[in-house]
Amino acid sequence: MGVFLFFLLAALCVGGVLGLILSKNQAHSALFLVLAFACLGGLFGLLDAPFIAAVQIIIYAGAIMVLFIFVIMMVNLEQGIAPDKKRWTLGLSAGLAIFLLIELALAVRGTLGALGRTGGESIGSPTELGRLLFTDYLYAFEITSVLIIAALVGAIVLVKKKAHE
Amino acid sequence: MIPVSYFIGLSILLFILGVIAFFIKRDLITMFMAVEVMLNAANLAFIALAKAAGSPAGQVIVFFVITVAAAEAAVGLAIILLVFRQKKSIKAEDMRLMKG
Repeated sequence: MGVFLFFLLAALCVGGVLGLILSKNQAHSALFLVLAFACLGGLFGLLDAPFIAAVQIIIYAGAIMVLFIFVIMMVNLEQGIAPDKKRWTLGLSAGLAIFLLIELALAVRGTLGALGRTGGESIGSPTELGRLLFTDYLYAFEITSVLIIAALVGAIVLVKKKAHE
Repeated sequence: MIPVSYFIGLSILLFILGVIAFFIKRDLITMFMAVEVMLNAANLAFIALAKAAGSPAGQVIVFFVITVAAAEAAVGLAIILLVFRQKKSIKAEDMRLMKG
């Protein structure tokens, strides 16, 4: 089972990166990369790293790729999807929305079912990672926060238009 | 269970694909995405080796790599926007100010 999952995720991941290379449209490249990163998140989960897997999905496939797609949107000079193609996109998005709704309902039902059995064994990895972050890697952690503030200020200062223009 | 070598092999393959993508794509944004692929290949190797060594320290390093990648993406994309405003293009061929 594990080996099958590994090969499935690895094939999807490599396929995503190949799609990034082969597609002409930057937005399609970004979406292929989201697929690759999501599959990498699954691989991290296979390797006993559930917290890193969640971080991978939320930060990489979520935040960073949304940033990329925003920039592609601002930079892209080409036209969007032609209006005559919009009909099948409507059907596709409706289908996907229904699928997501069913998935969400299943997830909520599973969570509610599990509420009765709290306690028991502790969650190993996030606890252990948090302990390490605030003991052995405390300096690196603090320096990272300085780095993030520097990046934030730097990005804002770079992109801000001058007042006198 | 799955041998660690499979993961390292996948990591190598992803890194090579990232390098190829970096060199054959012609616009700055996709080249930047190729850099993210290479970073993720390194992350996969880190986590596979952390699993092999039975220590969570490798996962902490990956945590830091993801943070630095986020900061890098913010600044890098700001620079790309700035270049686009000045040159009205994000093709790598148009960036030849420092070419001799």
